[in-house]
This record gives sequence, structure tokens and C-alpha cells, in this order.
Amino acid sequence: MRYMNNEAVMKKMNSRKIVNLIFKGIFLFATILALMTLAVLFYRILSQGIGYLSWDFFNNFASRFPEKAGIKAALIGSIWLMAVVAPVSMFLGIGSAIYLEEYAKKNKINDFIRVNISNLAGVPSVVFGLLGLTIFVRALALGNSVLAAGFTMSLLILPVIIVASQEAIRAVPSEVRAASYGMGATKWQTITRVVLPSAIPGILTGSILALSRAIGETAPLVVIGVPVIIQFLPSGVFDTFTALPMQIYDWAKRPQADFQNVASAGIIVLMSVLLLMNSVAILIRNKFQKRY
Amino acid sequence: MAEQRPSVQEMIANAGAKRNRKTLEKAIPVVLFIIAAISVLTTLGIVFTLIVETFIFFTEVPFFSFLFGTEWLPFSNTEARFGILPLIVGTLKVTFIAVIVAVPLGLSAAIYLSEYASDTARRIIKPILEVLAGVPTIVYGYFALTFVTPVLQQFIPELKIFNAISPGIVVGIMIIPMIASLSEDAMSAVPNSIREGALGMGSTRLEVALKIVLPAALSGILASIVLAMSRAIGETMIVSLAAGSTPRFDGQFTDSIQTMTAYIVQVATGDAGYGTTIYYSIYAVGFTLFLFTLVMNLLAQRISKRFREEY
Amino acid sequence: MVQQIDKKPETTQIVYDTKGLNLWYGTNHALKNIDLPIYENEVTAIIGPSGCGKSTYIKTLNRMVELTQGVKTSGEIHYRGRNIFDKDYTVEELRTKVGMVFQKPNPFPKSIYDNIAYGPRIHGIKNKKILDEIVEKSLRGAAIWDEVKDRLSTNAYSLSGGQQQRICIARALAIEPDVILMDEPTSALDPISTLKVEELVQELKKDYSIIIVTHNMQQAGRISDKTAFFLNGEVVEYDETNVIFSNPSDQRTEDYISGRFG
Repeated sequence: MRYMNNEAVMKKMNSRKIVNLIFKGIFLFATILALMTLAVLFYRILSQGIGYLSWDFFNNFASRFPEKAGIKAALIGSIWLMAVVAPVSMFLGIGSAIYLEEYAKKNKINDFIRVNISNLAGVPSVVFGLLGLTIFVRALALGNSVLAAGFTMSLLILPVIIVASQEAIRAVPSEVRAASYGMGATKWQTITRVVLPSAIPGILTGSILALSRAIGETAPLVVIGVPVIIQFLPSGVFDTFTALPMQIYDWAKRPQADFQNVASAGIIVLMSVLLLMNSVAILIRNKFQKRY
Repeated sequence: MAEQRPSVQEMIANAGAKRNRKTLEKAIPVVLFIIAAISVLTTLGIVFTLIVETFIFFTEVPFFSFLFGTEWLPFSNTEARFGILPLIVGTLKVTFIAVIVAVPLGLSAAIYLSEYASDTARRIIKPILEVLAGVPTIVYGYFALTFVTPVLQQFIPELKIFNAISPGIVVGIMIIPMIASLSEDAMSAVPNSIREGALGMGSTRLEVALKIVLPAALSGILASIVLAMSRAIGETMIVSLAAGSTPRFDGQFTDSIQTMTAYIVQVATGDAGYGTTIYYSIYAVGFTLFLFTLVMNLLAQRISKRFREEY
Repeated sequence: MVQQIDKKPETTQIVYDTKGLNLWYGTNHALKNIDLPIYENEVTAIIGPSGCGKSTYIKTLNRMVELTQGVKTSGEIHYRGRNIFDKDYTVEELRTKVGMVFQKPNPFPKSIYDNIAYGPRIHGIKNKKILDEIVEKSLRGAAIWDEVKDRLSTNAYSLSGGQQQRICIARALAIEPDVILMDEPTSALDPISTLKVEELVQELKKDYSIIIVTHNMQQAGRISDKTAFFLNGEVVEYDETNVIFSNPSDQRTEDYISGRFG
């Protein structure tokens, strides 16, 4: 006796195939729906904000009048912020990654450092703001300066840079390290002359992506007390400043429709900066991919 | 090669490059360890900061009335109340809607990418998802306030300008890439041989996806959802712009609410002086928020650890 | 095989003298009581089945084995009369004298020139003219100069596997070492490249002492003067290569040579 009834199986097969196709359609539709929101978002912001983009917009300070409002202080402020965040976070991040990948032995302290990094990555950015407010703004009396905000942002993106750098360093084959040791090179020589040059594209890509997160991050700046209506540019890292997302937040909050359009224009500037940074990251990634 | 020059070994000996090396080689790991320890110090700094300032807060507000109080009226001149429950409820409302939006869409995208999509489709979709993940939350907040809310008002007339639904949906959109990519990682980790085994018996792709891959990748998928929820709980700017600042302890979704994060922002942008109860209250709220996200992150790690042992 | 007459005189210097060497990976006793003198300007082949400890042994000679975690050693290895395990003998100093060529070609992801100049540079030689000289001499020494002289600035990874391995040999030659350790240098190469490397080894032994680990018995027979047969972490037999291959004294050696196992 046969347990499988071929006819019945075939009959059912058709409906199973159809169900499969229907669900494939549903999955694809859901995916596209998610992606479409991005298109809607871009369209919305472009159509609202493009009219406000002009030379004056880049060259004016904040204003009570939407038509006179400009982004100069915020744009320059964000550049100042990056001037602190990039070196501080990369120095700490790459240094930590080198330690964890090349020096750290398997013991409790180092395991704790590793676990801690992954947990730190999950701490909400607004909580980093509270840390910055207490330690940098108040305890170290840096006030709401570029430096205080820069340190806070550096700690915020530190886990991302560490993890990206660790991956890049891990991707350098151990044979290449062995070759260097075999020539009588010391550990540090091997790291600086062989490991880092090979890992640097990956480290840079990860770091740029992390920095682009820092440039768009708002919550820590709000908590630190970064002001918005500022009529001057910072002349040093101890000066107060404002940044792109802060300025956009302030505009978006205002009830007048005109200011919301100004906010759109600000978002276009912010997103262009991000797009530029991401393109550079992708360029680096593609140029140096697959070298072994 | 008849030139007269000392042998390379002699030149090496003369160069004496090793002289300062030993101290350097000993110092470097110490310096790097100190750098690596800064991430630990950061965590300690966060915990220490939150505990100290929260402790001061509790010298002014009783612990139990904070934990179980159903009224959050910090700005009242006569009777300030600091019961955190309304803020927690507000946070959970937004998170709830975000999960309703993000889980079906994120999982569908993950299943499509891992089980159906051609390489070309994957090459197009994944970078777009990455862009979606890279959009700053302030931009999402603006989108929620100026676009999603007005559109929703067409369908839900009683919806106020500030509400829980619109920011909930947008927070959901924000966490879709997280669920999609982490779940896809978990599903792609299911060995192809298992898939081929099922396909070879005449299963359709859907049956393979739902009956074989999904169960096998379940812990990874669950972990991604828990992580995404933790992200939703900690999300600040979207709710600050679009959810309002009305702490309420009820089931209202269409009216202005307030989340924990939005309260911190409200105080930070307001003019509460340093050292006031309100000032310390943001640390108590921040500490509560920190505990919420910490527990969820640890939970996600626990879940995904189980998943890693499977193959 | 006919006994060759040009046997080295007894006065030949010993470069490496291993005395009672034991090595453990954790609890795994990988090398057991090794005694092995290795002579100057000869090619010494180390053969044996996989896992017999031959690779471990050659990596112990320049202490590369210590890069693996949990390695413990006892006994002594004298290099030119000095115990390499002495506290004040740094591995860097040892490895400057003893070059190494690895199983898989492992050039640095740098230009051919920078690969060769790596060793001299890390040891403090910076003069461009001298470096140029060293690079040319080393590449000639590794019989690859003519193939690469016009593209010294291209990435070493653009070369074929066989060429890469000769670049690695040239890189080792650049610091004019005393001894060259070769850990199955042809195992990843095609037969023609293998032949080139074997010819090169014959050429190099005029100036260097060479210790080569090989899985390939024919290769050991073709290029080496002395052969040590390793089995389960022990030296079963060590003698002139032609003795090992024509008239081994241990049954296990004969079984291995005749292909009964391994």
C-alpha cells in the first residue's frame, strides 16, 4: 500500500504554489513600503525646503524672521564639533581596538571591557547627554562649549568606532603578522607598519559612518544646553556654539509654517553633509575591498 | 655588486634601532589599556552620575511616590508631583505602536531578502535600508510632525497635533532597518544545506521560510526585536517634536502624551535652575530609562547567545 | 642510490643545537625530547606525517611558536652557542639573524619594493641608495629580479602564487640572515613554481644554512643534505639524506619512506 496519494499531492501542490507566490508578493510589498517611506520623506523635505536654499541662507545667522533665517552658525558650529569629535573618538576608538585585538589576553578584565562596549552601544543618546551635562559641562566647568559637546559625542560614538576598527584589524590575516614577526619586527612595529596600513580603509569607513551619526545626533546637545539663537561664530573650542540638528530642532518646533520650511532647508543641508560623508565611506570601502 | 659596503647585519647592528624599543614596547600596551579603559569609565561615569543625582532627587521626593505615583506634575507651583508611571506609560504607548509597525514590515523585509531576493534585488534594497537607518532622528521627528500627523488626521479626525500614534509609526519606521538586517543575519546563518533538504522534498520557498528557517533563526529574530524595542524606548527627538508634553496615565493615543526622553528634553530646553527638584528629576527619569534599556539589551544578548550555540 | 663522496668534513660548524627540547600546547605534548644538531651551509630537511611536530619544531627555532597561546617549552636550543630561551635573548634579535619563509605566500599588502625593504627599514636602515641596492640584490638572490624589476611599485598581491613566494624569500634575504627556515614553502605552489623554488634553495645554500620542513619526500630527497624524520613529536631518525632514503635504520622510517603511512 502506498501512503502518498500522488493525485492528492499534485492537487494540493498548485494551491501551495499559489500561496507561496502570494506571500512572496506580500513580503516584497512590505519591503518596498518601508523603502517608499524614505522616498516620501525625501520628496517632502526637498519640495518644502529647496525654495529656501540660497546664498543668504548659508550666510545668515538665526533670525526671528523666517525669510532672514540662516544656517551659518549651525553649519560652522557642526564643523567645529566634528573638529573635536573626529580626532578624540578616533584616537580612543582605534587605540581601544588595537588593545583588544592585539594585546588583550583572555581574562576577566578584558572580557568585561568587551561586554561593556556592547552594552554602552545600547545606552540611549539622551543619557549620554546627562553624562555630558554632569561631567563636562558642570564638573569640568566647560559650559556648553564645543569641547563639552565634542567630548560627549565622542563617547557616544566610541563603541561604534571600536567595533568597526576591531573588525578591520581582525580582517588582517595572521600570516601577514607572522611574516613581520619573522623578520624580527617588534609587536608595535608590526602593528604600525603592517596591521594598521592594511586595516585603515575599514577603520576609516567605520569611523566616517560613526561621525555621520554624531553630526545628526540632537538629544545630547539639547541636554547639554547647546543654545540655538546665536549671532556669532565660535573662535575656539571653549566657545559656545550651535549645530545643524539643534537649529533644525528649533525651527521645526516653531508653530509658523514658514519656519517649518526653513527647517526643511536645514534638513537638506544636514542630509547633504551626511550623503557626502557616506559617499566618501563607500568610495573608500569599494576602492580597498578584497585585497587578500 | 662589487661595491664596498658593510653587510646588512652590520648596518643593522650600527643603526641600533633597538635601543629605545624595549621601553616603548613595554609602555605601549599600558597606554592602550588606559585608552580601552575609557569605555569602562564612560559606563561607570553614566551609572555614577545617574545614581548620585537620583539620590539627591530622592532626598526631596519619596522613592515610593516616584515609583508608583500616577501623576507627573513637576511644574506645578502648589503641589508638584513626581510619579513616573505616566511617563512610562507614554513611552510604552509609542514603543507599542512602533513594534506593531516595525515587526511585520521588518520581518517581511528580512524574509524577502534572505529567502526570495535575487542578488541584484539584495544589492539594491540593502543599501537603501542602510540609508533609512542613517537618517538622523531629528529628520524623522520633523517628518512625523509635519507630514505623518496631518495625513493621519485625514483618517482619524479626533487626532491632535501632538499624539502617540504618529511618532509611534515613525519610530517604527526608524527601527525597521534594525529588525530587518539583524533578522536577516540570523536567517542567513541557517545553513543552506537545511534549506536544500526541505526544497528537495518539494517544499515551496514559503514553507521553507516559515517552517524551517524562521524557527531555526527564532532566537536571533527575537533578539533583534528586543534590541529594536530598546532603541524605541530610548528614542528622543521624534517624541520630543511630535508626541507632546502632557504626561498622562491612561489609554489615550490620539492626544498629547509625554515620554521619559521627551521630559528630559523639555526640562533641558526650559529654564529650570540648577539644583532644583526639577533639575534632579531628569536624572531620576534618565536612570529609569537607562535601567529599561539596559535590561532589554542584556535580554537580547541572552537570547542571541542561545541562538549562536545551535549549529 | 650511490653513496656520495663529497661528504662535509667533520669540522663543519653547528648553527643550531637542540638539546632535550620538549614543547606543550596546553596539555598536548607536541615535541618530546628532541636532540638535533644542524650544520652550517647545508640544507636540512624535516619530514614526517601531518601532526608529527615538524612545523612546530621549525617555528620553535625562531620562537614564532610562542605566538600561539598556552605554549610551554623545556630544554635548550643553542643558536651559534647561545641558548635562544635565555632571558636576555630577545626574539627580535634572534629573528633578525634567522629568516623565515612560510607555507602560504604571505607578502605584505604593499608594493614589491616596500615588501623587500621592510626588514632593513624596521631595523633602522633608511638610506634610499642602500635600500635600492638591498632590494635589487635580494630580488636577484631569489631569482625573481628579471620578472619584477620594471614594476617594483606594484602591489605584491598582483603577482602569481609562485612569484609571491619568491618575493617572500627575497624579503627574508634582505636582512642577510644567517639561517633561513622554510615551513613547507612549496605546499601551496604548482609544480613549475615548486621546481623554481627548489632550484633556488640549492643556490641559496652556498651562503645560508637552510632548514626546510616538507611534506613531500621526493623534495626532501632532491634538495637536502641531511634529513630528520619526525613522528609523534619525536625524532625517529636523523642522518645524511641519502642514508635515510636508501638505508634507514629504523623500521618506521622505512615504512614512511616507502609510503606505507603518512
